[in-house]
Amino acid sequence: MNLLSYNAQWVLLSTLLLGMAAGVVGVLSYWKRQSLMSDTLSHAALPGVVLGFIAVGTKQLPAMLIGAAASALVGAWLVQWIRSSSRVKEDAAMGIVLSVFFGLGIMLLTHANRMPGGGQSGLDHFIFGQAASMVRSDVMLLAVLAIIVLCVVFILFKEWKITLFDSSYAMGLGLSVKSMNIVYTALLVLVIVIGIQAVGVILIAALMIIPAVSARYWTDSFGRMLLLSASFGGGAGVCGTLISTLGKGWPTGPFIVVTAAAMFLVSLLLGSSKGLLVVVYQRKRAQHKRGTAIMTEQAVEGGRG
Amino acid sequence: MNATIVVNNLSAAYRKAEVLSGISFDVMPGTLTSIVGPNGAGKSTLIKTMLELHPRTTGDVSFLGQSYKLAKTKIGYVPQRGSVDWDFPTDALDVVLMGLYGKIGWLKRPRKSDREQAMEALRAMGMEQYADRQISQLSGGQQQRVFLARALVQDAEIYFLDEPLAGVDAATERIIMETLQQLRTKGRTVMVVHHDLQTVEDYFDHVLLLNRTVIAHGATAEVFTEDQLHRTYGGALRWMREKV
Repeated sequence: MNLLSYNAQWVLLSTLLLGMAAGVVGVLSYWKRQSLMSDTLSHAALPGVVLGFIAVGTKQLPAMLIGAAASALVGAWLVQWIRSSSRVKEDAAMGIVLSVFFGLGIMLLTHANRMPGGGQSGLDHFIFGQAASMVRSDVMLLAVLAIIVLCVVFILFKEWKITLFDSSYAMGLGLSVKSMNIVYTALLVLVIVIGIQAVGVILIAALMIIPAVSARYWTDSFGRMLLLSASFGGGAGVCGTLISTLGKGWPTGPFIVVTAAAMFLVSLLLGSSKGLLVVVYQRKRAQHKRGTAIMTEQAVEGGRG
Repeated sequence: MNATIVVNNLSAAYRKAEVLSGISFDVMPGTLTSIVGPNGAGKSTLIKTMLELHPRTTGDVSFLGQSYKLAKTKIGYVPQRGSVDWDFPTDALDVVLMGLYGKIGWLKRPRKSDREQAMEALRAMGMEQYADRQISQLSGGQQQRVFLARALVQDAEIYFLDEPLAGVDAATERIIMETLQQLRTKGRTVMVVHHDLQTVEDYFDHVLLLNRTVIAHGATAEVFTEDQLHRTYGGALRWMREKV
């Protein structure tokens, strides 16, 4: 276990930033009611990753990430196109794009693995994620991208709030909701691109969905929801990566997601705003109050009688 | 005096089915107009099309002699209460503050003076004690008052309200109508989608009767007659009157 090695520290930093970026973008998806869009786009990224590899011939992260971004964007465009030009609803359109792109990606992957050098290239890591396989230059690139995502969400805080709460009112105030949607899709694709190596295409969506849902149980403020979701995502990223270093060749993605799921369970039970225990307690208290009120009423009535 | 709102031959459709056709009317400043018509008459669509929230198929609209794009900062819009998700994590003051976002400027943070102004608008609606209440914890009437406060801080020349009195309590109805009448007194132009025929004569000085197209438009006393209502509602009117 080379936990404290120089490289491991860099890897941890990148999964921390990745988790935070995924956490904040996940909150945007949550309120856009588009949580499944992240799943669709991440699966749609796979063919691009492999095509990037085939085009360059060796495993070079930048080329594969550009491929990933391009094919995710094509996926996003296809979902829109299917929805607007046919009677197919958005969820079905996402289902089509997700499965077709993923199938295509696996097909290309099988082909690439048979190419010279393909078998050892670690292309399979892009499915379930292998954070340890990142080298320092990769980590730097991903960290910079994650910081960009965090900054964009932070700078546009007020604009997200109004677009997500009441987009037609935002338009009336002169905000370009169309531009906000483009920025949102760009952020979504960036997070997928950042996470694709550490978490993999199948599970990266979980890192966007679970922290946001968990954060909802703790707060009734949009700003705090973003902060909490970033913390949950970052925490899951770091913990999951640490756990995966315990065994040789263990994939990172599943451990990150399982850690996030544990956080969700705790939030579901103990969340201070909507957690089950709080809700049950409030209901009990309301019942008790009502009970006392009825009893008092009866006592008064009884006194009269 | 020049009309504040001029609508000329406006039409709109949903998925190729025409909802509004050949709508033309002028609205003078300092008037309080109700838009009245049966369900599916296109009342909300009319407002949305005028505000370019819904595409038009023909016609044009001008506000204060300008296109919507140039005039939009002078227009306040209160959408139907049900058009947003009240579960969104924010409080009453924050929603009112959104009315100032255009003035604050994009990418900038609200200042203390903006918060005070938003608070003032809440106070005018009798809502100051609910400023930091979660919006999901407000009653329907309180939510409607928050929406109106948000439009008021914009200090607009023209106001559009979509069913502001639907499902609100009597106190809210009184506060909303007093506020709208004050706006009229200040020379602002107000148009309201309204569903309660019983109160039209008490509340509004002008009426626009709508059923896919303009049936009649003018001063309430002249337009809001049995005859015109029949033309607007057809057979449905008798049923409605009986029900009331």
